[in-house]
Amino acid sequence: MLGEPVLKYLITRLVQLVAVVFVISVLAFLLVHLLPGDPSVTILGPFDTAAARAEVLRQLGLDKPLPLQYLTWLGNVLHGNLGESFLTKESVSHAIAQAFPIDLELVVLSQIIAFAVAIPLAMVAARRPNKAFDRLSSTFTFGLLSVPAFILAVLLVLVFAVSIHAFPATGWTNLTSNLGQNLRSAILPSIALGAGSVAVYFRLLRSDLISTLQEDYITMARAKGLPTRYILFRHALRPSSFSLLASAGINIGSLLTGAFVVEYLFQLPGIGYQIVESISSRDYLMVQGMALVVAVAFVVVNFAVDFLLVLLDPRIRRA
Amino acid sequence: MPDSQKRLGPLFWICLGFIGLVVFGAIFANVLPLPNPDAQNYAAVNAGPSLHHLLGTDDLGRDLLSRIVFGSRVSLVVGFGGIAIGLAIGGTLGLVAGYRSGALDTVLNAGSFVILAFPPLLAIIVIVAFWGRSLPKLTLIIGIASIPSMFRVIRATTMSYANRDFVVAARALGASNRRIIFRELLPNVAPAAISFALIGVAIIVVLEGSLAFLGLSVALPTPSWGNIIYEGASNNNLQTNPFIALWPALAMFLLLTSLNLVGDRLRSYFDVREGGL
Repeated sequence: MLGEPVLKYLITRLVQLVAVVFVISVLAFLLVHLLPGDPSVTILGPFDTAAARAEVLRQLGLDKPLPLQYLTWLGNVLHGNLGESFLTKESVSHAIAQAFPIDLELVVLSQIIAFAVAIPLAMVAARRPNKAFDRLSSTFTFGLLSVPAFILAVLLVLVFAVSIHAFPATGWTNLTSNLGQNLRSAILPSIALGAGSVAVYFRLLRSDLISTLQEDYITMARAKGLPTRYILFRHALRPSSFSLLASAGINIGSLLTGAFVVEYLFQLPGIGYQIVESISSRDYLMVQGMALVVAVAFVVVNFAVDFLLVLLDPRIRRA
Repeated sequence: MPDSQKRLGPLFWICLGFIGLVVFGAIFANVLPLPNPDAQNYAAVNAGPSLHHLLGTDDLGRDLLSRIVFGSRVSLVVGFGGIAIGLAIGGTLGLVAGYRSGALDTVLNAGSFVILAFPPLLAIIVIVAFWGRSLPKLTLIIGIASIPSMFRVIRATTMSYANRDFVVAARALGASNRRIIFRELLPNVAPAAISFALIGVAIIVVLEGSLAFLGLSVALPTPSWGNIIYEGASNNNLQTNPFIALWPALAMFLLLTSLNLVGDRLRSYFDVREGGL
């Protein structure tokens, strides 16, 4: 059951969340509107008359004062209407619904890969700290921290797409149309995206496990004659995994934007790819809408993780 | 004071040396005996390493070593310049807010929280795309973007010193706030600031590379490390000559490792809690 302190905490955080989301909507709006660039030039081309341009701006509502434009936009957004593209007339919500699942799949797959590598590695390393395996994997992950996603992506393409043709270098197949093809097109981008997380998760879990393994109840379990493997899995892993979970939660937010570069590199039509394309065509509502969705997702995920940790960890809950 | 048992170790000095080497190359690139980084030579396209071209040439016959050395200028100016801006503004605000606390601190702290809630890469992409991507603009944009995180780190570090005995003693002796901040607090906060700044430089170097892959770093053909790797990964270059991407990628990896390691070692060297008591 939720106790009173937890409820109070939840309400405070919710109020903060609403305030932050409001500020974010202003930022997403201003970001696009205060910067130079004229959408009428994109629509009409650079050689049309000033009168025709003014007419286009009027039709789009871009001749009104900024606060009024913002309120109109916000009102529409609150009714679930993000507007439509100036250029293709595609609705922004439709474009987001098409693109967002790709980002989501990349982030989820990258995290599955990161956990699958980091957790076993950390458990073996923590069993004998400062011995050969620990030093080797610590050095490896420290190096991994210095490999940016785009460099790893280039290396992966070079090895797996150019040299041995195991995976496609670019392109995307939808999850619903063909699962096998979908995984084939998602695997290299997900590895490139998740490698940085491997390094962070390994380092966190390793140091937490090492300190947990020095606790009295572990010594007790050893004295009872329990096998080390059993102690590691049943006694040590769970209490050591909180900072791992916390950092994974915070990580997911930045992975959403981290996926931009990977998407562009592998030509995957996710949100990042679409935003960069829409920016170059000055497609205001598209950029605004997508920026808003990404930023709100970023904040909401961080909030949800924060709260989940409070529920999971009795030590935080009582404090 | 750092404990005599603590050592920075030889690896620290090797990495510091490599950073120094890259900085030296960037400053003296014009004077060094390097070919013009933009000079195209169609007689020597995709050449392997030779005495004439130590790292070979790219698909337009441009000397790769020269492009990497000249390209380091962009990465370093954006990296160190951006962090200098963040440290000057965010660091100063952090020192004052961490020491004075009160209303100013509350406002600045809440502001930094809200700004950090907005995904930084997204904001940087939009601003760079609309406003321009010359080297000064890139540096300014990234510098401003680094202010909130610099503020938070310096503020937290300052707060951990603000109520220590030596500060209270200085105040009791009638020292002015300015004197306490600059003579008592700053020297104690500086090591943490420097190590965090070095890791920040590494983050910005990666950011420049990411922007290059989105077509948003300094305009081509100006070499930057991101631009060279990007060119090496496009136009079928990975099939014909992977070294165009691999050499600058190696240079970037070594610089990032060096920055991270030097920052990391400095942090634990000055960290009192990790001291061998």
